[in-house]
Amino acid sequence: MARLKLFIPLIIFAVLALMFYGVERQVERGEYSPTALPSALVDKPLPEFRLPVLESDGWLSRSELLGQTLLLNVWATWCPTCHFEHPFLLELARRGEVALFGINYKDDADKARVWLAEKGNPYTATLVDADGRLGLDLGVTGAPETYVIDPKGVVRLRYQGALDERVWREQFLPLLQKIREEQG
Amino acid sequence: MRALLAILLSCLALSAAAVIETYDFADEQQRERYQRFVEELRCPKCQNQNLEGSNSPIASDLRRELHRLISEGHSDADIQQFMLDRYGDFILYRPRLTARTLALWGLPLLLLVIGGLTWWVQLRRGAASREPLSPPPLSAEEQQRIERLLSENRDD
Repeated sequence: MARLKLFIPLIIFAVLALMFYGVERQVERGEYSPTALPSALVDKPLPEFRLPVLESDGWLSRSELLGQTLLLNVWATWCPTCHFEHPFLLELARRGEVALFGINYKDDADKARVWLAEKGNPYTATLVDADGRLGLDLGVTGAPETYVIDPKGVVRLRYQGALDERVWREQFLPLLQKIREEQG
Repeated sequence: MRALLAILLSCLALSAAAVIETYDFADEQQRERYQRFVEELRCPKCQNQNLEGSNSPIASDLRRELHRLISEGHSDADIQQFMLDRYGDFILYRPRLTARTLALWGLPLLLLVIGGLTWWVQLRRGAASREPLSPPPLSAEEQQRIERLLSENRDD
């Protein structure tokens, strides 16, 4: 019995090592990200806003966007991951499954227009959030982030990081289906 | 050698001046409240840095909001709720006592109690095991036997 006691540290080590290995595997497979925060806004109403539109001289407010399921994609020209994400957004726009709006977050509007002109514009419209006030109300921590807003104006999902086909299939499509069913 | 030291020291000075914003407050009390908030609120983008220590754009936005909220005369409770509504419990370095954080607050107390009990039990056991160290006095029969054995050995 006393001999067995000697192995307790080794057993603890083995259990911890197994646990850390498991978490590391989850990170590698993209199932878990230690930097992803649970959003405080999920299942809460989209905050009020009224912001200029990047592509025109007009303005858009919260109430003008509602009544449809929409994606709000937070992006900026200073954000390297947004470059990486952009082709998939163009693909989403081509499929036309859901309205895609952009939030140009803490960026230079001229640079942002050049970006869209050069790479193509996937957005129905892009809101200019130059001082990051809407971003703050949304609880944005960086770009890119993508929010799913249902027709009633409730935030249903916040995704941190670049969208791709796998994330779209696993997290977005089932939710969009669910929202459609709720609408009847 | 002296030049090297000077270079090294100036590196230190650079990092110390990392966050260089100045906000004006109406009175000293407001400044103290601001200071307490930037020390106790966590930068949402960083894994483990408070608002005061972070250079990330989001931290500087939050400092700006904090300054605005304090200057507009919002209470500490309002400001905390403002931050919680946007970033959730993550933003608080001093977590609230809720059902979810009960283990966080209770575990140290529980461990302290367990530790205390273990210590007490060990102390009791130690006291119990020390008693046999002074053996009971030998009986007359045992005494005779010892003397016999000793005298037998002496004869050899």
